[in-house]
Amino acid sequence: MNFEKVIFAFFILLAFTLNFGFFYGDIDNPAHHNVYEFFAVIVVNLIATVLKLGDRTHLGAVLLATSLVAVLQLVVAAVVWGVVVYGSPAGMTPEHMASIVSLSAGAVAANVVSVILLVSETLMGRR
Amino acid sequence: MLNIVFVLLRRLQVPLVVLIVAYAAAVLGFVLIPGKDDHGQPWDMGFLHAFYVVSYTATTIGFGELPYLFTDMQRLWMTLVVYVTVIAWMYAIGMILALIQDSAIRTLMKEQLFVRHVRRIVEPFYLLCGYGNSGGSLVRGLTGAGLRVVVVDSDSAAIDALSIEDLPLPVPGLCRDAGLPDTLVMAGLQSRHCAGVLVLTKDDEVNVKIAIATKLLCPQLLTIVRVHTQAFADTLATFGVDYTLNQYDLFTRIFKNAVHAPSLYALDERLTSVPNEAWSPPLEVPRGHWIVCGYGRFGQAMHKALHDEGVSCTFIATEKNNAARAPRHVVVGEATSVDVLVEAGVRDASAIIAGTGDDMRNLAIVMTARRLNPTIFVVARQLHIDNDALFRAAAIPLVLQHGQVLAGEAFTIITSPLVVDFLRLTEQHDEAWADALHRRIHAYTGEHNPDRWTVDVRSNSAPAICLVLARGRRISIGDLCRDTNERARYTPSIALLLKRESEFTLLPVATLEVRKGDKILFCGVKEARKQMEWVTRNHNVCHYILTGEESTRNIATLITPRTARVKKRQS
Repeated sequence: MNFEKVIFAFFILLAFTLNFGFFYGDIDNPAHHNVYEFFAVIVVNLIATVLKLGDRTHLGAVLLATSLVAVLQLVVAAVVWGVVVYGSPAGMTPEHMASIVSLSAGAVAANVVSVILLVSETLMGRR
Repeated sequence: MLNIVFVLLRRLQVPLVVLIVAYAAAVLGFVLIPGKDDHGQPWDMGFLHAFYVVSYTATTIGFGELPYLFTDMQRLWMTLVVYVTVIAWMYAIGMILALIQDSAIRTLMKEQLFVRHVRRIVEPFYLLCGYGNSGGSLVRGLTGAGLRVVVVDSDSAAIDALSIEDLPLPVPGLCRDAGLPDTLVMAGLQSRHCAGVLVLTKDDEVNVKIAIATKLLCPQLLTIVRVHTQAFADTLATFGVDYTLNQYDLFTRIFKNAVHAPSLYALDERLTSVPNEAWSPPLEVPRGHWIVCGYGRFGQAMHKALHDEGVSCTFIATEKNNAARAPRHVVVGEATSVDVLVEAGVRDASAIIAGTGDDMRNLAIVMTARRLNPTIFVVARQLHIDNDALFRAAAIPLVLQHGQVLAGEAFTIITSPLVVDFLRLTEQHDEAWADALHRRIHAYTGEHNPDRWTVDVRSNSAPAICLVLARGRRISIGDLCRDTNERARYTPSIALLLKRESEFTLLPVATLEVRKGDKILFCGVKEARKQMEWVTRNHNVCHYILTGEESTRNIATLITPRTARVKKRQS
């Protein structure tokens, strides 16, 4: 067993599971979407991105691209959240929550691609 | 080839993860620890403020406690955050700096810069392997002539020297073993702009490796390879290398011409030295007894030349085994000492060749010999270009310069290959023939070196002539030499050589008709060259020199009145 590979797979999966957990629930209900979970999603996604850096294979490049997409979506969602809470007079409304969650849903899709690539690569290697 | 960005990122993975984790922990701590506002009411920081505070703290900017003064718990956490995040940053920056200074990474960065530089060259360039004495002067010559060069050398000192050299064009240099095909590809061997490969390293085996790689990867490229022994030259010939240069052979040729055939020598000198510059008259070499100091490869080359001339000579050799190989008349000893020179008969000799492998020793021989025999004719061998000033000050009539000789030959091959063919063909002719030709050139150009140019009858280099030929009209070599102002007159130029397919015609007659695909070498004054360029490129001028009819479609004829033109022609 390769410890590096365990960590690699762990972060990719964790990025997906956390993101999914955050995204799960009514899209416009702020009570269903925890801010701390969102914070964890961003941090874990960032770490997953860094772990994917420097792999020169074609698969490595695609993995990195999916992570970058996820991070981009999440950072935009975080900025929206910050602007909504501190910048807008109405504070968090269901509409705002919906746009934040839909951005994170996009990141979930990217995470899913990451996980599929990881799993398929593992299966190919086994053969 | 590795991509530098990926290499850097892979090596920075750990510091980046450490940084992310440190930031995340710090931000989370500030969000979770309860704070108070300026009225003592409970106030939670939130992610935005927490990230803001951590950002300015971690980068040691330190705006203070914002937006409200911290509680004791927050201060406790902040103390921890300061140490952890600042250390994480320092670790990351330290790693980045260490990476940049890492010699492997630096080499990689230099290589990548070099490759990018070469890729940006969008004009024909020459790939030079080996930046020594000869490589250095060849680069100066080629860049001076407006040609682009890319240099590869395994010695980093040579590449450093190149980078501080003041050259008219930028010359990218790569420090890498040119014997590796990869290096040649990096240096643009397979680029469509690469015009030729010049192999001038000191090592014959490396030269052969480069030549093989070149001929396998890009067989159509011009290759000029330096060799030290005939065996390697034969090997290279089987690969189809275009030119092999052996500097001792070149020395023999130059020396033989200088001693035996002053007119051939003068012709060679005139056609290979800088055009339109003042020319030094031929040497008057004495025929008497010669002394050759040193019997290495140089001494042997000189011996061959002198032997062919039937000149009697004495050798001075320092090493026993060299002395053993030398023919009769050998004096063993240090040629700089008066006793040895006297024993070799310097007082009665008419000429001496200072041909040891050391510049200072050669200069010492020259000075000692001159003191013993003030009228002696001196030939000296110069190995290093740095000693130019000394050899010039010594006023030695014939200096055989390593490097310079090779560079000069390679330069002529690249800039005017027909001159090389011409000189090769002239060697089959006798001295009287060469003398007559030299007088003809001299009559035109006087005390200046003639300009040389090639008329290449192809549609892109000589469109006017091609048009004339396409219309079924005839044009002779003599027509090309007509004066564009008055067709009955001829410009001061001489057709030296005609190359038709692979056949050469030496001194083609003026009535010979030009065909498409011909290459004709001319020499003459600069003005003649300019006029001929008009004839080959301008349809109206070409029409005029053939028929005498002035075409009215020329814009110059539209703006200048007819009378003015007639006046100009008469003047």
